[in-house]
Amino acid sequence: MTTSPADIAVIGAGPAGLAAAAAARGRGARVALLDSAGRPGGQYWRHRDGHNPIPASLRQDILAGHAVWHVEVEADGFVLHTTAGEVRARTVIVATGAYDRQLPFPGWTLPGVFTAGGAQAMLKGHGVPVGDRVVVAGTGPFLLPVAAALRHRVTGVFEAGSPLGFARHPLAVARNPGKLVEGARYLRALHGHRIPFHTRTAVVAAHGDDRVHAVTVARLDRNRRPVSEREIECDAVAVGYGFTPQLELPLQLGCDTRLDADGSLVATADEWQRASVPGVYLAGEVCGVGGAQLSVVEGAIAGAHAAGARPRRSLLRKRAALRAFAAAMHDTYRVGAGRPADDTIVCRCEEVTVREVRESVVDLGATDPRGVKLLARPGMGLCQGRVCGYATACLVAEACGRPVTAADLRGLAARPIAAPVTLGNLAEGVEDA
Amino acid sequence: MTTFSFDGEEVTAEPGQSVGAALLAAGYRSWRTTRHGGAPRGLFCGIGVCFDCLVVVNGRPGLRACLTEVRDGDVVSSQEGAGRDHLAC
Repeated sequence: MTTSPADIAVIGAGPAGLAAAAAARGRGARVALLDSAGRPGGQYWRHRDGHNPIPASLRQDILAGHAVWHVEVEADGFVLHTTAGEVRARTVIVATGAYDRQLPFPGWTLPGVFTAGGAQAMLKGHGVPVGDRVVVAGTGPFLLPVAAALRHRVTGVFEAGSPLGFARHPLAVARNPGKLVEGARYLRALHGHRIPFHTRTAVVAAHGDDRVHAVTVARLDRNRRPVSEREIECDAVAVGYGFTPQLELPLQLGCDTRLDADGSLVATADEWQRASVPGVYLAGEVCGVGGAQLSVVEGAIAGAHAAGARPRRSLLRKRAALRAFAAAMHDTYRVGAGRPADDTIVCRCEEVTVREVRESVVDLGATDPRGVKLLARPGMGLCQGRVCGYATACLVAEACGRPVTAADLRGLAARPIAAPVTLGNLAEGVEDA
Repeated sequence: MTTFSFDGEEVTAEPGQSVGAALLAAGYRSWRTTRHGGAPRGLFCGIGVCFDCLVVVNGRPGLRACLTEVRDGDVVSSQEGAGRDHLAC
């Protein structure tokens, strides 16, 4: 299926993509808004019943069920190869978002252990709580809405960092009073449901045979070493250590990337949200994890500029304030590599252990995650390193005695095919060749 | 209500639910075993990223239960390994 090219193709219909599409359309551009899911909204806006945040003006532009698996650069624009056919556009705005970042611990592969975002998706998207005694753990402000939504089903929230770290950033907080109110509202909700909120505490192991029935939590000392462990019974765990931006398409396009303050690989955007590749814009978590509000602002800037208009100054001011808050957040909720025991599984797909990763460096001489991937197979399985990429990079760098670099993360994030495709998808378009 | 079968048992789901969400609501936690260790797996990321929740629907293996919308009368079954052992030689 090939239709006439759009002016602008927006990839991802979450907060950033919807804002970008609305801004571009508002300035007269012909927009195609693509999303892999059957409904727009992304991971943030999940609307099961009736409630729909999508502006009516955009509905005709939405191409749902279009998972973009490759973007090709042509002389006068781009060809987007999707699971539902090709889409052509002169300009592309990448707004593919992010997913939960994980740090492996013994037992994290047990059924009943979920990502924090997965627990939220099950509850808000499908009306199903992941358990009746849920341990919420990891780091970052996202743990709060997850726990608040599960309410009385939460046994406790175990935050590896401490929100008190925001005290080091009074200006960033003062510029975003709404964030403070939001945080306080969630903490009040936890208090109302009598959910204990522990700081500087982490889940260090999950226990069970064919499903999780308990976790070991540990207080962390100043060097993040576990002290004073105890076991807690539970029937589910929701865990996340921040987010990993979904960078397949920017990397395919050859966009410049950098290591952000939270340790994530992100694509580099200029003041108008342009990537380093002409005709490509970036909005939302792909250019730095900062939450839905920041994503909306970046999307509005990208959409307006891509449509040939000058984005409003107020948007640029808002972006600056929200980015200052994101920087304070990353500093407050720093994520270390963790120190998982040797027999902990790192790569869930290929069942590769910490020991095998370390041995690839120490005994076999690998010097980067790509080398370790070829020797021990972490990141070679079904998810293609999406889940274990960050942890593998951290473990390899640690074994090499150096910090993680952007190149380490790039090596595990580059995927020539960004979404699962059938042979039929690949065969499509061959007749044109 | 939507009704489907999972490994021979009847399961009900709400319209629009994914296979994974419906199985979770029915009390199931795992429906796949890993290729190497034979370890049980079910939902993990819930949004199509991790591929842990692979399931066989109407004879087709390798579908992500978290993304596959359940339809009335679907025949769902557990997946062992890659779910294509019949192709192995």
